Amino acid sequence: MDIQFISKYLPMYVEAARLTVFIAFIGILFSVLLGFICSLIRYIKIPILHKIVDIYIELSRNTPLLIQLFFLYFGLPKIGIRLSSESCAIAGLVFLGGSYMAEAFRSGLESIPNIQRESGLSIGLTKMQVFLYIILPQAVTVSIPAFSANVIFLIKETSVFSAVALADLMYVAKDLIGLYYKTDEALLMLVMAYLVILLPVSIIFTLIERKMRYAGFGNQSSF
Amino acid sequence: MQDLGIRVLFEGKNLIRLLGGLWVTLRISLLSAAISIVLGILLGMVMNRKNPITRAITRVYLEFIRIMPQLVLLFLVYFGLTKAFGINLTGETAAVIVFSIWGTAEMGDLVRGALQSIPKHQYESGKAIGLTQLQIYCYIIIPQTIRRLLPLAINLITRMIKTTSLIVLIGVVEMVKVGQQIIEANRLTVPSASLWVYAFIFFLYFIVCYPISRLSACLEKRWKN
Repeated sequence: MDIQFISKYLPMYVEAARLTVFIAFIGILFSVLLGFICSLIRYIKIPILHKIVDIYIELSRNTPLLIQLFFLYFGLPKIGIRLSSESCAIAGLVFLGGSYMAEAFRSGLESIPNIQRESGLSIGLTKMQVFLYIILPQAVTVSIPAFSANVIFLIKETSVFSAVALADLMYVAKDLIGLYYKTDEALLMLVMAYLVILLPVSIIFTLIERKMRYAGFGNQSSF
Repeated sequence: MQDLGIRVLFEGKNLIRLLGGLWVTLRISLLSAAISIVLGILLGMVMNRKNPITRAITRVYLEFIRIMPQLVLLFLVYFGLTKAFGINLTGETAAVIVFSIWGTAEMGDLVRGALQSIPKHQYESGKAIGLTQLQIYCYIIIPQTIRRLLPLAINLITRMIKTTSLIVLIGVVEMVKVGQQIIEANRLTVPSASLWVYAFIFFLYFIVCYPISRLSACLEKRWKN
């Protein structure tokens, strides 16, 4: 183990980790938005749109991110749509994450018994109020475990971005292995970097889930 | 220009070669899925034991594997093992090892969850009518567990197939690599080849994974109660 080598190239990893976190953050933010909109469209059953959303969800859930990225990055320029690595990575992540988030929200919405909606309507709330004040808060809390699993899954998926020439953690590690043949050090730092990024996220979500369960939401099967 | 591009798929042996690449992908993922389902069931049963030491060990294993991106695990085995111990693995072997390790962790967690969802009185009633531990597992617990487990295990297979697309990055010649070769070979004659080839690969993955995930969803719905 070459400590000097590690300390020399640590800044490169920090830089790459920042890029990974940045892309993951933007990607997840938009995935949540897209997923929320998609699940709403399916929930209200907007005529044609909800079919399109169905098709999108099946397409994106049944194909690997790597292929989606290759298509975006190498395929699309042939018909004149040229994306930079970053926008390509974000677009790919949102395309993939949107459907996973939509499924998470959908399971939350579906888990709310019909009686909740009916009771709301019978005490004179409008449909909008029922949705905003009764259905939505419960659905979101129920979908938190699925949501957190998706966040971690999406952060992990960012590791394939090196394939579209984005200088993320994998890219730096591969570079160092290729240039200096310091495989052990490069891989050790790679593992450490992902642990530093993902462990806090994982712990925070575990804590949130525990809180939700304490409140009686989040894990219905424990009753 | 675009109507020329799709031609590249049907020229010569291109289609056959792409399907051959698909077979490599499927072979690796199905082999890993089979290994990880068997090992995962064992792991799940071990994790369900009350012994604190095995519990801690399996827990650390599970958390580490699940938190690491699969690509990092691939790099660790493919580059790390070679450097550290001088073991030379082909890309395919490394892929099977990594996906088995990963799949075992995922499957183990599914099995643990399914076993825990069996109410305690099922075990106790079994014991009360005088069944042995083995009989309780064979006749009471396992049949019930399978119903909860099978949809999830099938789902794991589709995830395995999707994750296997990563092996192109450690240099295994599978579908994506074949696609890249075709694109390179036709770079000058068919400039729009990459669009068609990647779109075709995209749909091949979809065609393979969609029926499996439908099956899983159907089983889940049917066995819900």
